[in-house]
Amino acid sequence: MSDRTAVPQDAGAHDPPGRASRPLLRVERLCKFFPIFSRGFFRRQVGVIRACNDVSFELMPGQTLGLVGESGSGKTTTARAILRAIRPTSGHVWFDVDGRIIDLATVSDRQLKPLRQRMQMIFQDPISSLNPRMTVAQIVGEPLRIHRLASGSELDERVVEMLEKVGIRAELRNRYPHAFSGGQRQRIGIARALIMRPSLVVCDEPVSALDMSVQAQVINLLSDLQDELGLTYIFIAHDLGVVRHICDRVAVMYAGRIVELADTDELFESPKHPYTKALLSAVPHPDPDIPMKFDLAGEVADLGNLPGGCAFHPRCPNCHDRCRIDRPELLPSGSRLVACHLHRAAQSRADHEPTPAAGAG
Amino acid sequence: MLLEVRDLHTSFFTDEGEVRAVDGVSFVVRRGAVLALVGESGCGKSVTAYSILRLIQEPGRILSGQVILHPRDGPPVDILALPAKSERLYEIRGGHIAMVFQEPMSALSPVHTIGSQIMEAIVLHRPVTKDRAWQIAVEMLARVGIPNACVRMRQYPHELSGGMRQRVGIAMALVCHPQLLIADEPTTAVDVTIQAQIMILLKQLQRELGLGVLLITHDLGVVGQMAHDVAVMYLGRIVEMGDVRTIMKTPRHPYTMGLLRSLPGLNLGSRRLPSIRGSVPPLSRLPRGCAFHPRCPHARAGVCDSGLPPALRPVRDAHFVACARVDEIPAEVRS
Repeated sequence: MSDRTAVPQDAGAHDPPGRASRPLLRVERLCKFFPIFSRGFFRRQVGVIRACNDVSFELMPGQTLGLVGESGSGKTTTARAILRAIRPTSGHVWFDVDGRIIDLATVSDRQLKPLRQRMQMIFQDPISSLNPRMTVAQIVGEPLRIHRLASGSELDERVVEMLEKVGIRAELRNRYPHAFSGGQRQRIGIARALIMRPSLVVCDEPVSALDMSVQAQVINLLSDLQDELGLTYIFIAHDLGVVRHICDRVAVMYAGRIVELADTDELFESPKHPYTKALLSAVPHPDPDIPMKFDLAGEVADLGNLPGGCAFHPRCPNCHDRCRIDRPELLPSGSRLVACHLHRAAQSRADHEPTPAAGAG
Repeated sequence: MLLEVRDLHTSFFTDEGEVRAVDGVSFVVRRGAVLALVGESGCGKSVTAYSILRLIQEPGRILSGQVILHPRDGPPVDILALPAKSERLYEIRGGHIAMVFQEPMSALSPVHTIGSQIMEAIVLHRPVTKDRAWQIAVEMLARVGIPNACVRMRQYPHELSGGMRQRVGIAMALVCHPQLLIADEPTTAVDVTIQAQIMILLKQLQRELGLGVLLITHDLGVVGQMAHDVAVMYLGRIVEMGDVRTIMKTPRHPYTMGLLRSLPGLNLGSRRLPSIRGSVPPLSRLPRGCAFHPRCPHARAGVCDSGLPPALRPVRDAHFVACARVDEIPAEVRS
């Protein structure tokens, strides 16, 4: 990716209007480390938790990128560092704002505030993310009030319009969140996020707290709104069925790093990283005649005490000597990116074989 | 036959009136088989489980029904007919029937070591010395896949990961050799990889010990992989029941069909998921007639929206459906 690191911070003036082929978001070597302090008076720093470690990816406008992995793999930290909900330790987050490319990771707080309109978040738990003392109209209209974009009857009009888009009847807008079901509350959370007309929306487990019959409705709503409003999503979910349905590309995270990044169909049909394989095989199929072939021992690596070499090596069924010492880089393999020595070795063997089919991947 | 639940009614008496959480539920858990009770929040699946163990608290009350346990040795016993604080009830609870909870952290005491908690369960139900109880506990921890069991015995629950805690919960449930294990969403609070590990463990133990399992879950994937028999619940009633292949491959109730159809990840190709409209109404505002009719694509006025809810009727051998229009709705074969 070194050929792209030289993008100037403000390239807007030089760029032609044909923006569709340019990424909306380009995350480059993003890191977020949390210090661990000792107990007691001096509180010395005794370690560091590498929750998001050297994460890079591009996201085209209108696309959905899935972030998957076990809890503690750094999905949410990565998303929060991108949105500057937390300040990244290092790295860049190049964000396209009407043709101007701005680095969200380094921009000042004052410059950041107006940019916040462009990026929003939808949370997992629609109960704790809505203020129980505010009416739905107040909740959905609050971002407009804070950014002084609308007031009075114009504010109300925009709230009504947004509520209708998400399928909440406008006459219910003076009620409080408790009067709504879980699915409706999630719709209200979506309305609040989208009323600012953001270009980037982070959906952090947006359907996992919902009843299964309502999940499908909210997933459909998110795709409809994406088409209608041209939204770009970063979609965090542990339900791989949901991810397969809604995402164009998927990044698999393990211990703070991306270990595989590929187009959704490719990833699900032929996972390359052993962790991706394990993760996919853990999904139970409702058909009893499609048995689960899961074989992965152990638990997620401790982010404060990562194993050397490849962080996955203690759990990897095919771990070699090299995996214990040398950390694999995330490197292109066909149209995807994989961080695995074994895959690379297998691939180079395949490349050297004379059969024409082998080199195709 | 291991456990028979007959016409169970459990209600909660709130300020808004009576809420019928379980409204006439009957099913059988076969000896050595897994029955999955599936449904969304508020369908009464957990209340059913807690009723079986007589663990319903005020303002809830078991109104009527029978819960008949057929112990391996001895005559059948109706758990609901036992006096509230009887010796026999305590013997059954934890002895014959054990439970695994969704959140093992809330089921374990934070101020006692893992070892003392497991040993307490053993000493309570089995005539053994403390040393022997220690030994049994260590063996059981090893059996559920906890490495360094002796060390773990001296640790507290917070020192263990979520997956390990759930294994401890399973070990604790199994130390008294129960015949029936009630597992209430045992894998809902853990990651998909840990879920797979726990499912494999439960399945293996179930087979080896010949356990009957009542598995409470909302996850149809877990059902497909774990269950032999399935009962689908909606708003306090069973709407469809049968063996797992029948329910998953040829469901007949519109609710079951809708749930299976709306699963993301299996619907490749179409951007929109076929979803069930509306949401589960609160039990305090139960629709008349068939409770599912306001959400049902096949509902017909005059048939589905009035009178008593349809009864569970056999449509084939051991396949029961509670739908007035079941004969008119085209069956759907899922591969």
